[in-house]
Amino acid sequence: MSELITQLNVSRPDDIYEQLIELHAGLTEEESMRVNARLILLLLNHIGDESIVRDAIAAARRIVS
Amino acid sequence: MATVSEGLSGIPVWRSVGASPAPKAFDERQQTLIVGAGPVGLTIALDLARRGHGVTVLNKLDFIPAGSKAICFAKRTLDIWDRLGVADAMIEKGVRWNVGKVYRGARENLVYQFDLMPVKDQKMPGFINLQQYYAEEILLQALQRLSNVELRWGHEVSAIESRSDGVEVTVKCSDASYTVGADWLIACDGNKSTIRQRMGLDFAGRIFEDNFLIADVRVKETRPVERTFWFDPPFNPGRSALMHKQPDDVWRLDFQLGANIDRAACVRPENVEPLIRGLLGADAEFTPVWYSVYTFQCRRMKSFVHDRVIFAGDSAHLVSPFGARGCNGGVADAANLGWKLDLVLRGQAPEALLQTYNYEAIVTADENILNSSRATDFMTPKTPVSRAFRDAVLELAQEFPFARPFVNSGRLSTAVSLPDSPLNTPDEHDAEWAGIKPGYPCLDAPTSSGWLLEQLGEGFVLLTNRCEVRAVTPIQQVEISDFDTGGVVASRYDLRPGSAYLIRPDQYVAARWRNPTTSAVLAAFDRATGKSA
Repeated sequence: MSELITQLNVSRPDDIYEQLIELHAGLTEEESMRVNARLILLLLNHIGDESIVRDAIAAARRIVS
Repeated sequence: MATVSEGLSGIPVWRSVGASPAPKAFDERQQTLIVGAGPVGLTIALDLARRGHGVTVLNKLDFIPAGSKAICFAKRTLDIWDRLGVADAMIEKGVRWNVGKVYRGARENLVYQFDLMPVKDQKMPGFINLQQYYAEEILLQALQRLSNVELRWGHEVSAIESRSDGVEVTVKCSDASYTVGADWLIACDGNKSTIRQRMGLDFAGRIFEDNFLIADVRVKETRPVERTFWFDPPFNPGRSALMHKQPDDVWRLDFQLGANIDRAACVRPENVEPLIRGLLGADAEFTPVWYSVYTFQCRRMKSFVHDRVIFAGDSAHLVSPFGARGCNGGVADAANLGWKLDLVLRGQAPEALLQTYNYEAIVTADENILNSSRATDFMTPKTPVSRAFRDAVLELAQEFPFARPFVNSGRLSTAVSLPDSPLNTPDEHDAEWAGIKPGYPCLDAPTSSGWLLEQLGEGFVLLTNRCEVRAVTPIQQVEISDFDTGGVVASRYDLRPGSAYLIRPDQYVAARWRNPTTSAVLAAFDRATGKSA
């Protein structure tokens, strides 16, 4: 079973980051939330491996200190 | 159904039976007392009575109630009722269906569709819809044909004393109050269980704020017989609706209303009818049968077995109606308990076997509560983020196939599997199997002499395919080479020549072998009857 990749895995991080910000241009907060939800669902289905998704969920949640 | 009805006062009557007289002796002793004559109590009564036990059923009401009760009976329930000889009558009166469709917005926006009969060629359909009072009438007719069953209508338990070797209850009826002792008491007295309350037992869980309106209406409709569910339909914007066909041209329409509503106003015809006309069409000609508002809860007792008092059905666990897991979950309890109590009463199994009822019924209840809670969270998102995910799923489902199975309008009741039950004997480690694993329910199959489940009967069965080993009493051998001319049983069970399955009386797989020995079969039988762990 593979693990959540935590080293850089995209070749052009600034470009992808910009696309993420651009995705939300002109959207209301509510629309942004829905667009993010769509993006997460599309990506997690593509990943497929439940253990990776679970690890990513756990890692994402670690903001409350 | 696990709902709290409001709207019309009092309990509506389907058929008045009349109060039964007080018993002649006022200090009776019974072997088994069942409290509650709903579908769960009546199913347990029928199972035990068919196994030869004397059964007394006490029912607080002296009538069969109408109103908004269970209507959807799942295949597993029908398989159980068929074993008890009552499914044919249920199916004859009921409305069969297998397919559910989920729409978003207008009717043409189908977002998800499911089929509850993925494996065809089984005797029972995926589901029937039938008003609960018809199910109760059919069970009562079957019970009335038996001489060892006594039904007492209008007899209410007012006090209970539970001991480690039996119970003593005080019963009030119209003309007297009397006490009755029993070795075993089965409490099937619903979500407000008198027995549970009198014993001061827990019933913890979640209460949901959302209100739903049930409108049962009589109308001539030519729509296909399917479960139809809408998210955000034009006639109930931002909320959901559900539609089911019942016998007698009655349709159940169920509308989500939201939290903090004026319940009394919601059931007034001038407020209900626009919803009904929105769903059925502006010029629909319908007659109201029943309007009520309900909320629901997901709860269960920590333990279903307390010395000689055993809880089953809504008294022990409650779910939302989405998924038809209330009454079907209760009938599953009945089937799980029937054969176990039978063996204990006969002295053929230790009392510890009933602790496995506790374990297996709790696994079942937890699965039902989990599915019910998840469906509710999808239908009624609790936070803006939760709503965003829900709406994203519904949107994506219209475009992309992957998102459709995420759509949750209620996961409908199917037989629960019990892979970790202490009654199972695990497969031999080197055996390769497809088929049905220990702890899973048997699957029906057509044979040249009828349906497979009919041939499994009501006791332990050794299902064999040209196997050396011979079953010994009380296990009955069923040899498939005698009737499996189409090879469907061999295929569904991966029952190659020389192999065997041990099947429990409730038609769950207990064990299976590629090359069984008599001692292995007997060890598995001992384990499945609670004689060894």
